[in-house]
Amino acid sequence: MTSIWPWITLAALGAYHGLSPGMGWLFAVALGLQEKSGKAVLRALVPIAIGHAASVGLAVGLLAAGKASIPTGILPWITGGVLVAFGIFKLVRPRHPRWVGMRVSARDLVVWSFLMATAHGAGLMLLPVFVLGEDNPAPCHGPSCHDAAGISLSSPGGYLAAISLHTLAMLAVSAIVALIVYYKVGLAMLRRAWFDLDRVWAGALILAGVIGLLL
Amino acid sequence: MPFRPDPTFYPSPRMAMDAPRERLAYVAAPDANAVLGRPNPLRDGLATVDLDPRSPTYSQIIALAEVPNFGDELHHSGWNACSAALCPYAPHPHVERRYLMLPALRSSRIYVFDTKLDPRRPKLVRTIEAEEIASRAGYSRPHTLHCGPDGIYVSALGNPAGEGPGGIFVLDCESFDVLGRWEIDRGPQYLHYDFWWHLGHDTLISSEWGTPKMIEDGVVPELLLGKKYGHRLHVWDLRRRKHVQALDIGDEHQMALELRPAHDPTKAWGFMGVVISVADLSASVWLWYREGERWAIKKVITIPAEPASADLLPPLLKGFGAVPPLVTDINLSLDDKYLYVSCWGTGELRQYDVSNPHEPKHVGSVHIGGIARRTPHPRSGGPLTGAPQMVEVSRDGKRIYFTSGLYTTWDEQFYPDGLKGWMVKVDVKEGGGISLDPDFFVDFGPRRAHQVRLEGGDASSDSFCYP
Repeated sequence: MTSIWPWITLAALGAYHGLSPGMGWLFAVALGLQEKSGKAVLRALVPIAIGHAASVGLAVGLLAAGKASIPTGILPWITGGVLVAFGIFKLVRPRHPRWVGMRVSARDLVVWSFLMATAHGAGLMLLPVFVLGEDNPAPCHGPSCHDAAGISLSSPGGYLAAISLHTLAMLAVSAIVALIVYYKVGLAMLRRAWFDLDRVWAGALILAGVIGLLL
Repeated sequence: MPFRPDPTFYPSPRMAMDAPRERLAYVAAPDANAVLGRPNPLRDGLATVDLDPRSPTYSQIIALAEVPNFGDELHHSGWNACSAALCPYAPHPHVERRYLMLPALRSSRIYVFDTKLDPRRPKLVRTIEAEEIASRAGYSRPHTLHCGPDGIYVSALGNPAGEGPGGIFVLDCESFDVLGRWEIDRGPQYLHYDFWWHLGHDTLISSEWGTPKMIEDGVVPELLLGKKYGHRLHVWDLRRRKHVQALDIGDEHQMALELRPAHDPTKAWGFMGVVISVADLSASVWLWYREGERWAIKKVITIPAEPASADLLPPLLKGFGAVPPLVTDINLSLDDKYLYVSCWGTGELRQYDVSNPHEPKHVGSVHIGGIARRTPHPRSGGPLTGAPQMVEVSRDGKRIYFTSGLYTTWDEQFYPDGLKGWMVKVDVKEGGGISLDPDFFVDFGPRRAHQVRLEGGDASSDSFCYP
């Protein structure tokens, strides 16, 4: 079975993570407002994306290690179970890493983003895609497409491509939201539009886990 | 738990100014008899005052929630959560501004009242005991409380033995557990009083009063004339919890108290009120500001003492023939434009235009009470004891509320024939100028009145991460 759907799902989850204020666009806007500079908004987003990628990479790395050491049939059950349990945990104890500080360097932002993404289970949320989609090479069309471009989601190159795709989608959506809020909408929208994404997020973790378990 | 942020949270102080008008005030109402060992002691209470002009009970105390002990000395208060919950680096906007926390300055308990079940009748739901604060943080005599981006910060005047150092401890904003002492490196800081911060600059500011032993039985004249009370402002790294710089204003200035940093997080300046100068009994307000990588401080307001005949003065002041202004509280409007200064000695509330914080302009005054003046209120039925003390500014900056009492043992020294507990309201004119509302006078009966908190937030309850 060859399908583009795992790749679309990874990108869509990237967009979803990018939309979440806790994953970084809001911090970027705040830094821009503090420095009175739209460029500062964009400057902040790159390290935020790197930290996010590192956190996702950690989860994928754990999965790869699991694949190498755990019998094939059991792994989907483990990842699904971990996701559901983590989602329930996030519902019951919606906590954040304790972080105080607006005067941040690029390195601080990488660390901050890594902590936030890890604490929210951003990487965990992607694991069912890797488990279910491992037989799906990246789509490849046209005469210039040679055989090797059909990357399997379970190869090192596939992991890297998947993390990059997810992160780019996250970065693009973060940048769009941050710039619209910074230049056009203003922060008053936070008061109306800031839905409790943490609970939606916890729900998404559980859903991803259940899908992983059922399929 | 709601799906949208608490509607009383605002990203910026500018937006908070458009908030709806406050309908209720929560006022700490301590009883003096219990502290002073006099007959007829009462329990301290949290009074709810009706501020809705359309209500039949407008300007009256509509409820008084008593605490279960005697002699606590309720004093300041603060919310479990506020606009700081919207800060971008640790956002948790779906907690609620629901619990009003009242540290008791003598017993060191912290009472937690739930204002959601019935906002008009707050209910005591939790008491944090002095032992928990002492064992987890090593502190005692909790004073001021601010909801921060990652927890509730509480200042404490000293340790359980009544000595220093005073400092800050942190409470969890949901469980109210004492998380521990805030400072990692306190440097030369020993005395403590108020604190607040510049969230946009990762900077915390703290001030100095005295240790519990230096203040609990009243001001000690020998310590005052010996210049032993606090006269420094401390600058801290909020992120690393480290002392950065001490700014000494000179020891003739005694008791560096209330701190009001600019609400706009991009601005790096604020005002500190200083009670008295032992050189000439004047009071002063100081501006701290950032100068390059360092912080500086300078005096921007001096309020002179008023001459008065000795028979109008309490024993403590008879020899001086003058009333010191005693600036014991200041407050800054949310647009960082007007500073209000309480002169608890001379009985005056002053309004300064601080559009240029380096050169405040005195633009309004109201007289009420005072050690010698005893200016009446139209509704007080005669001369008044007490004077402007804890002052609070509505979010839109149009109304000022203030109360009359400072601290029971100090009240007795400056108003020895008894201090009346009252709360009044002042209206702010467009473009500057203030006038007393002749119809608003709240009589606290046998109790005294201290800090005022306004429903939904006010000019000293919230911190903001966005300009």
